[in-house]
Amino acid sequence: MRVLVTGASGLLGGGVARLLVRQGHEVSTFQRRPAGVDGATDHPGSITDDDAVRRAVAGAEGVIHLAAKVSFTGKATDFDAVNVDGTRRLLRAARGAGVRDLVFVSSPSVANSGAAIAGLGAEPADPDRAHGDYSRTKARAELLALAADSPDFRVAAVRPHIVWGPGDTQLVERVLDRARRRRLPLLDDGAALIDTTYVDNAASAIAAALHRMDHIHGRALVVSNGEPRPVGELLAGICAAGGAPAPSWSVPGGLARAAGSLIEVLWTRAGRAGEPPMTRFLAEQLSTAHWFDQRETRRLLDWAPAVSIDEGLAKLAGHYRAR
Amino acid sequence: MVAADWPGVDPEWSRGIDVPSTSAADEPGTVRRWHLLDNGAQLSRRGLAPAGTLLCVHGNPTWSYLWRTLLAAGSRPEQPWRVVAVDQLDMGFSERTGTFRRLADRINDLGDLTAALGLDGPVVTVGHDWGGVISLGWALAHPQQLAGVVLTNTAVHQPAGSPIPPALRLALHPAVHRWGTTTSDAFLRVTHALARPPLAPDVRRAFMAPYAGAGRRGGVGNFVADIPADASHPSFAALRRVAEGLPGLRVPALLLWGPRDPIFSDRYLKDLIGRLPAAKVHRFEGAGHLVAEDRDIAGPVFEWLAGYGGDSTPVGGGTVSAAAAQSAVPPQAVSSPAVPSPAAPSLAEDSGTGFTPLWEPLAELAAGPAGGDTAVAEMAADGSVSRSLSWLELEQQIAAVANGLRQAGVRTGSRVSLMVPPGVDLTVVLYACLRLGAVVVVADAGLGTRGLSRAVQGAVPDFLIGIDRALAAASVLGWPGRRISVRDLPPARRRLLAVETSLAALARQGKFTAPLLQDPDPDALAAVLFTSGSTGPAKGVVYTQRRLAAMRDTVAATLGIRPGARLVAGFAPFALLGPALGAVSVTPAMDVTAPRTLTARALADAAAAIDATVVFASPAALRNVLATRNGLGQAGQQALDRVELLLSAGAPVAETLLAAMQRLVPRASLHTPYGMTEALPVTDISLEQIRTAAADAAAGNMAGAGNGVCVGLPVHGARVALIPLTADGTAPGNTPVTEPGVTGEILVGAPHVKETYDRLWLTQRESSRTAGWHRTGDVGHFDSAGRLWVEGRLAHVVTAPDAVVTPVGAEQAIERLDGVGLAAVVGVGPSGTQAVVAVVETEPQARRAGPAAPQLAARVREAARAAGVSVSAVLVVPSQPTDIRHNAKIDRARLSRWAAAVLSGGRAGRP
Repeated sequence: MRVLVTGASGLLGGGVARLLVRQGHEVSTFQRRPAGVDGATDHPGSITDDDAVRRAVAGAEGVIHLAAKVSFTGKATDFDAVNVDGTRRLLRAARGAGVRDLVFVSSPSVANSGAAIAGLGAEPADPDRAHGDYSRTKARAELLALAADSPDFRVAAVRPHIVWGPGDTQLVERVLDRARRRRLPLLDDGAALIDTTYVDNAASAIAAALHRMDHIHGRALVVSNGEPRPVGELLAGICAAGGAPAPSWSVPGGLARAAGSLIEVLWTRAGRAGEPPMTRFLAEQLSTAHWFDQRETRRLLDWAPAVSIDEGLAKLAGHYRAR
Repeated sequence: MVAADWPGVDPEWSRGIDVPSTSAADEPGTVRRWHLLDNGAQLSRRGLAPAGTLLCVHGNPTWSYLWRTLLAAGSRPEQPWRVVAVDQLDMGFSERTGTFRRLADRINDLGDLTAALGLDGPVVTVGHDWGGVISLGWALAHPQQLAGVVLTNTAVHQPAGSPIPPALRLALHPAVHRWGTTTSDAFLRVTHALARPPLAPDVRRAFMAPYAGAGRRGGVGNFVADIPADASHPSFAALRRVAEGLPGLRVPALLLWGPRDPIFSDRYLKDLIGRLPAAKVHRFEGAGHLVAEDRDIAGPVFEWLAGYGGDSTPVGGGTVSAAAAQSAVPPQAVSSPAVPSPAAPSLAEDSGTGFTPLWEPLAELAAGPAGGDTAVAEMAADGSVSRSLSWLELEQQIAAVANGLRQAGVRTGSRVSLMVPPGVDLTVVLYACLRLGAVVVVADAGLGTRGLSRAVQGAVPDFLIGIDRALAAASVLGWPGRRISVRDLPPARRRLLAVETSLAALARQGKFTAPLLQDPDPDALAAVLFTSGSTGPAKGVVYTQRRLAAMRDTVAATLGIRPGARLVAGFAPFALLGPALGAVSVTPAMDVTAPRTLTARALADAAAAIDATVVFASPAALRNVLATRNGLGQAGQQALDRVELLLSAGAPVAETLLAAMQRLVPRASLHTPYGMTEALPVTDISLEQIRTAAADAAAGNMAGAGNGVCVGLPVHGARVALIPLTADGTAPGNTPVTEPGVTGEILVGAPHVKETYDRLWLTQRESSRTAGWHRTGDVGHFDSAGRLWVEGRLAHVVTAPDAVVTPVGAEQAIERLDGVGLAAVVGVGPSGTQAVVAVVETEPQARRAGPAAPQLAARVREAARAAGVSVSAVLVVPSQPTDIRHNAKIDRARLSRWAAAVLSGGRAGRP
């Protein structure tokens, strides 16, 4: 199959593109920076650029859309431009180009209003209740994508939950950086039970989605390792793999959530660049349960994770030892 | 009136009807307008032929809305019943007549209504509160149509000598009555507030809807004013006619009760059971006055109507068919009674020949050459025998107390609550009650004050015989029953505790009367024993004389305890069997309600006093014996050296504990029977057999060996089988299997299994769902040697996405880790996709509860994985929440709720 992967310069996008190449697909990639995926044709360009998008989708039978602005902070309009308008642009171009299947890679946070999630499936995306600009715009984009689903242009959404692995800058590097500077607290002793997804598993689930569109088009599926762990234990595992000291101090979750909200506002007002030390979104992620019912996902995708959490941590440790 | 605003009501059910009145309250020719909820038209429109009609009568101050779940259930095509729920005149949305309608009028009104409706075919009446009386009045007046009666929290009689409930006294008080019931909506609001859990706001609004404004509440006040508080009341005669007519009803009855009712308390239930002895009775523990709101009553009612389970014929005539609906079915004969009568033999296999009354071995010994030898003894703290009776003295004491109790009014079937610690007094009074045919109620302090109080209130004993402390509790907590103290009390104390007499006085009186000649019937009820309540509220378990005797025979045959045996009774249930086994029994100096108080020294003193051959002690008692072994002394050790058999039961006994104990009783065979209050014992295993089983499990070459606690082989006369678990962690099947390696709910069949549960019809149906078996609620499996391995409680099974996890196997693996104490495996999250959580105690003890350190978590996870269980989270607790009686059964339901709260994010309190 001729498949276009957008956002292939990221950890997960690159993983998906490489997997599809290995599976024998004719893969092209589309993102601002070169993707560096061996065996794939690269189309550098911006999702905000009509012509670039049209050129990228030309000839593709399937599209996997990962390109997005992923951050805890930034201007709301930037999130809308990339995540909402970019998705709308891609959908229009893909349908126009006769693309048959599109997998929209989303996030469980599109349906998360901040309350604990224990063993639920994929709830409907809700831009009005999702917390933060990233979640809000991804929610809106997912609704757009699923609304575009039709028998001729099949669209499904896959929501991997907290993807990590060797080379991950979003979670792993931040955790290690803070831990080395002893600025990584546990919230409420790190008891919150959370699901995560080792990057190879997320990639194989997304590839599986492309082959199971008969079963899944028109709907959203959460993907995870299906091995929920207390967040403190996961952070300790990542620190151990990266050779950093494990977090050893705890602050109340309620305090951190409140402080996160405040810091977020001050950080943005002060016009500071980069990521603030704590945001409300991060505090919520670290202090409330997020784990999911994976039974339907696994049945519909005919897929199961190949790498367990413990195996993933061992691979991560190997990665840091080799550096 | 807008039916669409009543949640749970199909607007099509709401209808009005004009009814010519023949009641004395109305002028001749008066026509009254009634409102009903009636699914009759809907059923015929759908072509469904009802099996009969449920005629539902609400009380004060509710209305037909109370019965909406019955209407919904009756409208289902599987089992269609017409349900006619009336709004009584001046109530609900029926006419405000401006008259004062008394009980006799209301009963007549209901007859006018059914005549106007042209109701034919079988009718089952359903009533609540004062509507219960009215429904029964209708029932007595329509015997040709009546097919059954259902009652929820109601009363037909004020028991003699007891005042009407304070809440009603208040409502009737002239200063309060009109304001409380009519002028204001206080009576309505107070009644609605009795719901447990509270009513949803829209439901509360619906209950309130017909009573907006004092003008619509006249009926509420008149209803209260018509309560006959005494014989001078105009409605007293009508009430008495209903009460006295009940025993003549020849139809099945179902009583569904919410015990948390400040008005219709358990004593009214007891009164109704006395009038309707064949009724099926279920008390919903925790439910209150509005039991139809608090619990699903439609399920039980329709199950009862259908007569599922083969213990009764369907109410209202056979199969559900058009024919049944069209023809008036004659009144049903009374189906098999809930309380077995002498004419109702138990299961064929259980009513074997050769019944020997429980006390017969005792009587034989008393009459024989050894009559002067010690039969029962009690130890003092200083190691001396503080009290003892010979066989002859014991027999004479029992006869004297039995006679005394008879003179005091104890009859066959009287319930006598015994709150006397194990020892000579308890032995005497227990056997005296059994001799009389009274039903002993045994609830011990191990239930905790609340559990004990709930148990006693629910069992409603006629007499309460207790030590001082128990009588004081009875006074404070208002326990029912005429009170008898063990010892003579000073007059002031007697008055304070409302004690009528004492056992000592009864024995003195009884000594000079003729001996009891007639033995009670073998199938008469003999005892109500309470479960430990570690899995929900304690349940009363009912035994007959025959089943108690079978328990004795099973213990004798399985453990070889015969006349001549001498036993130290450190564990209450078996202690009471001593005299019945013909064994000399001594009670060691300990607080038997707190097993942890048994010291090695006290055990040895007791053993030395009678040259004991057998020791019974709970695991908690053994742990303390081992902890205090240094105080034993040489003479003590010599006494223990002579012990031949040591039994420990009540909770799982660890091999390590038995092994340590073996060194203390070197010649003894160590046994640990497995059983439950409903079946004592089920299986038995010795220390040697435990070790063999462990070796088989470790070798891994025997099918089914491992994953659980090996409890050995079924005891003499018992059958054990399993109902396999399904993927959702339940055991819905009905075909018992015994293949090795199949995990399922454990079933037991034996002559000594309980007769029934006390006033828990639904629980009894559930536990006896598989004919001929008692479903224990435990899960386990067999190995290929036929041994049973217990894996935990059915209610504690965890349903992970790919696996049904029984807790015990993984818990054992985790407890073998260094630095880990008691472990519990629980699930959090929705059934079918639960995350498995291990909660552990640590050594040294954790200072506070919370997630385990990563290293400990990894070790626990690894140990569980080796036992085949994937653990998501590991939490540590300073100590597990355990039951009071055994201090060993972990409250996993509570632990699961706690773990779910901690793991969802939030601060970890104590579990």
